[in-house]
Amino acid sequence: MSERLLSYGEAIDEAIRQEMARDPSVFMMGEDIVGAAGRPEFWENLGGAYGGNRGLIVDFGPERVIDMPVSEMAFSGAGVGAAMAGARPIVDIMFIDLIGCCYDQLINQAPKIRYMTGGGYDCPVVFKTSYGGRAIPGLPKGGGAGVHHSQTMYSVVAHFPGLKVLTPSTPYNAKGLMTAAIRDNDPVMFLTHRFLGSVRGHVPEEPYTVPIGKADIAREGEDLTMVSIGGALPLCFEAADTLAADGLEAEIVDLQTINPIDEQTVYESVEKTHRLLVVDEDTPVASIGRDVAARVAQNRFGYLDAPVTSLHSADVPVPYSAALEEHMPPTAEKIVAAVNEMLVAF
Amino acid sequence: MPLEIDRDKLLWIYRTMQLIRRFEEKYLELLNSGVPFGTGHLYIGQEAVATGVSAHLRTSDYIGSNHRGHGHCLAKGVDPIAMMAECYGRVTGTNRGRGGSMHITDARLGVLGVNPIIGQSMAHCVGAGMAINLRKGDDVAVSYLGDSAVGCGVFNESINLATIMNAPVIFVCENNQYAVTTPVEYAIAGKIIDRAAAYGIPGVKIDGMDVFAVYEAAGEAVERARGGGGPSFIEALTYRYEGHWIKDDHTKYRTMDEVDKFREQDPIPAFRSRVLAEQSLTAGDLDGIDAEIERLMDEMVEFAEASANPEADELFEHVFAEPVAGGQS
Repeated sequence: MSERLLSYGEAIDEAIRQEMARDPSVFMMGEDIVGAAGRPEFWENLGGAYGGNRGLIVDFGPERVIDMPVSEMAFSGAGVGAAMAGARPIVDIMFIDLIGCCYDQLINQAPKIRYMTGGGYDCPVVFKTSYGGRAIPGLPKGGGAGVHHSQTMYSVVAHFPGLKVLTPSTPYNAKGLMTAAIRDNDPVMFLTHRFLGSVRGHVPEEPYTVPIGKADIAREGEDLTMVSIGGALPLCFEAADTLAADGLEAEIVDLQTINPIDEQTVYESVEKTHRLLVVDEDTPVASIGRDVAARVAQNRFGYLDAPVTSLHSADVPVPYSAALEEHMPPTAEKIVAAVNEMLVAF
Repeated sequence: MPLEIDRDKLLWIYRTMQLIRRFEEKYLELLNSGVPFGTGHLYIGQEAVATGVSAHLRTSDYIGSNHRGHGHCLAKGVDPIAMMAECYGRVTGTNRGRGGSMHITDARLGVLGVNPIIGQSMAHCVGAGMAINLRKGDDVAVSYLGDSAVGCGVFNESINLATIMNAPVIFVCENNQYAVTTPVEYAIAGKIIDRAAAYGIPGVKIDGMDVFAVYEAAGEAVERARGGGGPSFIEALTYRYEGHWIKDDHTKYRTMDEVDKFREQDPIPAFRSRVLAEQSLTAGDLDGIDAEIERLMDEMVEFAEASANPEADELFEHVFAEPVAGGQS
């Protein structure tokens, strides 16, 4: 493992930069990804809502790093069209909360291109967006972004066959998955957690890929499987440490790709541990967390020593006040409590 | 004014309009007799538009289409035999039986697809235009839309984006005056053509029943786009002779007098009279094309009838480019 430390955000930006250098058909477009569009004297100051693209335009020019007007529908569709016409666009949608403005392209167009054309067209577009934002104890920033800038809602894009949906949660995997996403010939939604941006980890400098559709065993254990989705990973680690102090070893399966789901890795873990808790920061109804729980209940019932359990955010819109918001998402304490309840009952 | 179009192009124009007409009539006849399954939105009456535009396009140019897209595809060169097989759901179809009438595509011809979600293919064409600019090419993308798309949000976003990106896109609005049963004067505020001025792009309103008018306007727009002059907007006033879709009884929302008024302006006999009057083509030329198309229609139906359906185990093919590690449903 590389000794070099990068943040999650830096790791993703490095992947984009390396792939743009490698392949001239890769380009990036989105709102304010450069900032001050058409005014080069300001470009050094800016570079995306999170600053990650700073300097990208200097290296690759305004033909390949393109600021978009506030037109999610048009530029998401332009991403699909450009991908069909031989380019490899990365479409930056600032917040997942904005996808209502371009949902047709995400659900009716991009995922169906290959299938409905009988394999006639590739559609190698990456939709990059950010989710989460609630006040989560233990994570670096507070919330308070309100109901339209804080949602998780990845489950509503994971429903559609043909669209790969990634929720990386470590700098190493984020870089490898972004590289894989750009090289992939199918449409990929690459979802970054807003609070993981500054989390640091070891990241090799040379380009590498992490396989799409493969879960990651983030921690090995014998007594219980925790399936972690996206931003839940730090919470699962914290809870696993607490449980370990009581002699209970949790295995953490970081799902990483929420469509299609790596059932096999989840099943193998449950066959070993006989218990499953899914930790999913999305709200519970029609969620990926409950989907994973249901698959295990349906297909590995005989291995289970306890009912499958899933932990989600409260089934409410995201409130503004931190006094309310902090009660909404899963926390390490809630995870520990859910595990203890599972063990007491069985 | 005598025609300044060479003989080969005139033959192509006639053949293309007649092919579209006969394909659609054959499809209607087949559906009414219950032969293929599925549905369709017929292009009959609008042939001059796709033909006059496509006369300026080459294989590497792109088109994006709407639900009424058979004519756009045939004019761009899609094989009618594979297209009818697709309408039958056969494995020999353009989309291997996965698309049907409302999703005809052909990647080899830049046909980005018939697309029945109104207006969304406009954005695809902007993206194709951006990809052309990225590779410094001189291809163009033609975005076909109907009058109903003018009321969609994606209409504004796409033309605005194409304009600020200087994308080589020709927006061809086929104003056939109805969105299903809703008349354009009810649904669309102001004049459609006035939109072009709002974006500061060239716009022209033409008689979409006159293939020569379409040919001239499209020629200018395509040449401008190829030369780096950016997008243009064309409003072609036209008319569908049939209902919105195969089973739609259009007499419930418009008069036959109105339908007949447009039928009298039918682009195919009008073309025939003009080229014969000007002695650009002979009756023998045109009759020869008619006979050739009739043979093709027979061959097309025979092929579709004889073709196999996709095998059931193809159901899971082409969801992704390759099987995904660990991914199971």
